[in-house]
Amino acid sequence: MELRSTDKSPSVFRSLDWVTVILYILLVAAGAVSIYAASYDFDQASIFDFAEFSGKQLRWIGLSFIIGFIILLMDYRMYEAYAYPIYGVVILVLIATVFLSPNIHGSHSWLVFGPVSLQPAEFGKFATSLALAKLFDSYNFNLNAKPSNYFRALIIILVPICIILCQKETGSALVYLSLVFVLYREGMSGFVLSAIFLSVLFFVLAVKYMDPLIMGLSTGEFMVLTIICIIYCLLLIFYCKDFIIARNVTVGFIAAGTIVTILLLCNVPVNGRLFFLLTIAAALIYTALAMLRHRISKFVVAIGFVVVSIGFLYSVNYVFDKVLQPHQQTRILVLLGIEDDIRGVGYNVNQSKIAIGSGGMSGKGFLNGTQTKLKYVPEQHTDFIFCTIGEEEGFIGSAAVLVTFLILILRLIHIAERQKSTFSRVYSYCVVSLLIFHVCINVGMVIGLCPVIGIPLPFFSYGGSSLWGFTILLFIMLRLDAARKEIRD
Amino acid sequence: MRKNYQLEKRKFVIGGFFALIVIIYLFRLYSLQVKDETYKINAESNAFLKRTTYPARGLIYDREGRLVVFNQPAYDVMLIPRDVQNLDTMAFCSLLNMTKEQFEEKWADMKNPQKNPGYSSYTPQKFLSHISFEDYGKLQEKLYMFPGIYIQTRTIRKYNYDVGANILGNIREVSAEDVKNDTYYKSGDYTGDLGVEKSYEGALRGKKGVEILMRDALGRIQGKYEEGVHDVPPESGNNLTLSIDMELQRYGEKLMKGKLGAIVAIEPETGEILALVTSPSYDPSLLIGKDRGKNYADLVLNPLKPLYDRSIQAMYPPGSTFKPTQGLIFLQEGIITEGTSFPCSRGYVNGIRVGCHGHGSPIALKPALQTSCNAYFCWGLKNMIDKKGTKSVDQLNKWKDYLVQMGYGYRLGIDLPHESRGFIPNSEYYSKSFRGPNWGGNAIISIAIGQGEVLATPVQIANLSATIANRGFFFTPHVVKEISDSVIDLKFREKNVPKIDKKYYESIAEGMRMAVTGGTCRGAAFPGVEVCGKTGTAQNPHGRDHSVFMGFAPYRNPKIAIAVYVENAGFGATYGVPIGSLMMEKYLNGSISPERKGLEQRMISSNTIAGSGVKKH
Repeated sequence: MELRSTDKSPSVFRSLDWVTVILYILLVAAGAVSIYAASYDFDQASIFDFAEFSGKQLRWIGLSFIIGFIILLMDYRMYEAYAYPIYGVVILVLIATVFLSPNIHGSHSWLVFGPVSLQPAEFGKFATSLALAKLFDSYNFNLNAKPSNYFRALIIILVPICIILCQKETGSALVYLSLVFVLYREGMSGFVLSAIFLSVLFFVLAVKYMDPLIMGLSTGEFMVLTIICIIYCLLLIFYCKDFIIARNVTVGFIAAGTIVTILLLCNVPVNGRLFFLLTIAAALIYTALAMLRHRISKFVVAIGFVVVSIGFLYSVNYVFDKVLQPHQQTRILVLLGIEDDIRGVGYNVNQSKIAIGSGGMSGKGFLNGTQTKLKYVPEQHTDFIFCTIGEEEGFIGSAAVLVTFLILILRLIHIAERQKSTFSRVYSYCVVSLLIFHVCINVGMVIGLCPVIGIPLPFFSYGGSSLWGFTILLFIMLRLDAARKEIRD
Repeated sequence: MRKNYQLEKRKFVIGGFFALIVIIYLFRLYSLQVKDETYKINAESNAFLKRTTYPARGLIYDREGRLVVFNQPAYDVMLIPRDVQNLDTMAFCSLLNMTKEQFEEKWADMKNPQKNPGYSSYTPQKFLSHISFEDYGKLQEKLYMFPGIYIQTRTIRKYNYDVGANILGNIREVSAEDVKNDTYYKSGDYTGDLGVEKSYEGALRGKKGVEILMRDALGRIQGKYEEGVHDVPPESGNNLTLSIDMELQRYGEKLMKGKLGAIVAIEPETGEILALVTSPSYDPSLLIGKDRGKNYADLVLNPLKPLYDRSIQAMYPPGSTFKPTQGLIFLQEGIITEGTSFPCSRGYVNGIRVGCHGHGSPIALKPALQTSCNAYFCWGLKNMIDKKGTKSVDQLNKWKDYLVQMGYGYRLGIDLPHESRGFIPNSEYYSKSFRGPNWGGNAIISIAIGQGEVLATPVQIANLSATIANRGFFFTPHVVKEISDSVIDLKFREKNVPKIDKKYYESIAEGMRMAVTGGTCRGAAFPGVEVCGKTGTAQNPHGRDHSVFMGFAPYRNPKIAIAVYVENAGFGATYGVPIGSLMMEKYLNGSISPERKGLEQRMISSNTIAGSGVKKH
């Protein structure tokens, strides 16, 4: 097929998804304004002072617009054709970085070129996405056809993770795990996704909240057991579709909960663990007896879920307390941002919550945020940029940013689903997954809901590598989308 | 094209998952920002004040454990300009006895970026420094009236001695440059200036701490944030123990009163400096507190340059104190042996003439040292430079290398700032000034007797004395003996050994002993100790000769090596020798014997500055 270059570029801009472009520009502009506010000093400096963060960021933004434009002008087939070579080159650069990078606060993830420093891990994201898309696009590839297909997909994801872990950038490495969403969309069982999600959730809850709460249970144990009960009920309703059993079990749980609450109010000592386990055991036995009259397999799944979950919960506690050495425990706790490493993470999150909380409904107004100005919040122009928005623009501003991200993600999912080629669809879902992970973790960390994992807020955080990385990621997707009518699977 | 509609439905799971998270986050934001009032209270008060707590600067002791320098509190008025609103200027001024004009001037100074480069209206700024204790009391009581203003307690120095300013140094407020070069400093901090305060700044200053205080909406301090668990306590600086004996130092400064010059006394077996006197000096207490600026300016403008440490900075011709080095070099090079004699016909006469004084001729090495014969050393140098089969260029460089090994020509590396290196000419220097390499011994003959191009600092001369006292090695002279919880630079523990045989030093020491028993140095003798010495009368093209003395005692197992340099005071024997001997007697015997009290009194009361005028260095 021949393509005349004269009619190629107009067609790109005719079929370009302008909604996404506008959302992108909105977010980048809001980011620039926030960085200006975060690094603003009342007494000095102008926005165009290139020595200042905001001045530098303007330069990064200008260059990323150019990069985006160039990506759109390129032939869409190039991305597919060169997916593996690009992946290979980036992997080599990542490996080289481990050895060439100077030690910057303990991390070896920066390549320094004179005045410019780049973080190759940010560019690994689009390369890995291209490689993953290429794999799924290969002839007659079906994820569930044989186990080795899973293996190949996981290798593509795990190689950059391992290298980035060597660079001591745990946060950036964890980001790649979000690509599991893509596997889910392409056929991986929903149970696997739920299992991964729940085990992470149970692990974090069990380890993070080890302080005793009530009835001899730790907060984490209590939460996990409660969640197991709720999910069990939901499984009975939506999966087993046996409303009578579901109703009886739910009523039984509520009744047991009520009785225990009354006992506690009357100061009767209750062994919480025994209570929970007995209640759950009763529910399981009841279900097992009742299921003899019904379709057996689905109830086995529900009961199996409860048993495995409880086993997981107590083995986490056991392994963590008894098997791991104290220094290994500390490392996990610090990694998850659970242990306050003396004035470290805990202090930062507290300050960050104060800054956001002090914003109120409508904020203190642009450039009037005192918490961020007084440098109480560390990293406020990079990982904690959301603070500045929260403080100066208030609930309205921060909600607007979150909703904009939500619209962007939903739009991207819509775009992903309208692709006709597997390559474009898988790549698009990679973009969606990476963005979801970044936004969830970054904002969650700033408002104190997630462990402190230092990753940037896409399009907002200060820094050229992150902005360029996301721009490349997004614009390749837009370029593929613009050619959706030409690409056939 | 195949489409799997079962899988396509999963977009709702992924989109729904993110939507759910966003909704949870929105609830969280709502509760943090809108519902929870505690954060809003902070919004109106910007609740925290991060206040730096300053460590106590390290103390300074002398070698006998006497406290020399310690700390006293000083009170600075600090303010955060953005928080100072509706200030009752009248009340503030009347409280501190200021006029409105003074207040406005101070305010303008604070905002002036030239005078206060770190100015920011968000951070604490120094408004007044060193207010009196009475003012501190009054202001502290009324502080609630002035939001945004608080008092920062700092420490400034206090001195138990009015001597040793050149060793101790002082502290000053940091300059804009200091702040730029070292992130430790913030505008308004103090740093060491001159002396050990400067060279041991890193050890003395300690580590700053920080305390996080909570304030209410009016800026009043409500106490520590979470009972201070987030505070970092300051770490005090390390204490220094000087090698200086402050009583000997005081005695030396007393002897040098009314004279220009320096005394350096070293303990030979360790290289520890016992006294480092420069004259004139000043009382270190002049440079603390409010009047520092004015007193400092006076010292800078003083034509006698009291801030100039002559003991390590002045470069003088060493004169005859240089002769022992020549003897050592000639012996080592085989130019002479102990028995070699040279003629002296009231001087060195060999085409040119260098004058000398009356003594027997011919003369050997030891008597030459005893009588300080110029001719002997001129012959020696001439024979070395013009040695058959060698080039004078190579011979001179060999000569220079020996002197460098003995500590001349380069900085010794004393642990005080601004040491001078002195000057020892090399062959390039002469080839340049004589326009070619064909110069002989006679052309440069005056370097043999420590004149001509040769320049040395008093500490280098004292170091030579220590080397001879040790019979062949020295430790780099230093004034700090110990640092608490730390160690001194290892270079001060390393033996420096010039490449000259030990036995030759024995001959030189004997010559110096003879100079005291029956030569030019007779005045150096005092009861009970065998003293060795060498006089020097350094010719000075700008005026009267300098009086120099170099010596050590006792002859066997020496405990003190000394150099005395008195500018424009004539013969070495008139001032250098008596001052040096009194210092050694004081140190070794603890007091001056009664028959020498008259000499002591004469030295203390004499004045050599008045008659000589002030010379340039």
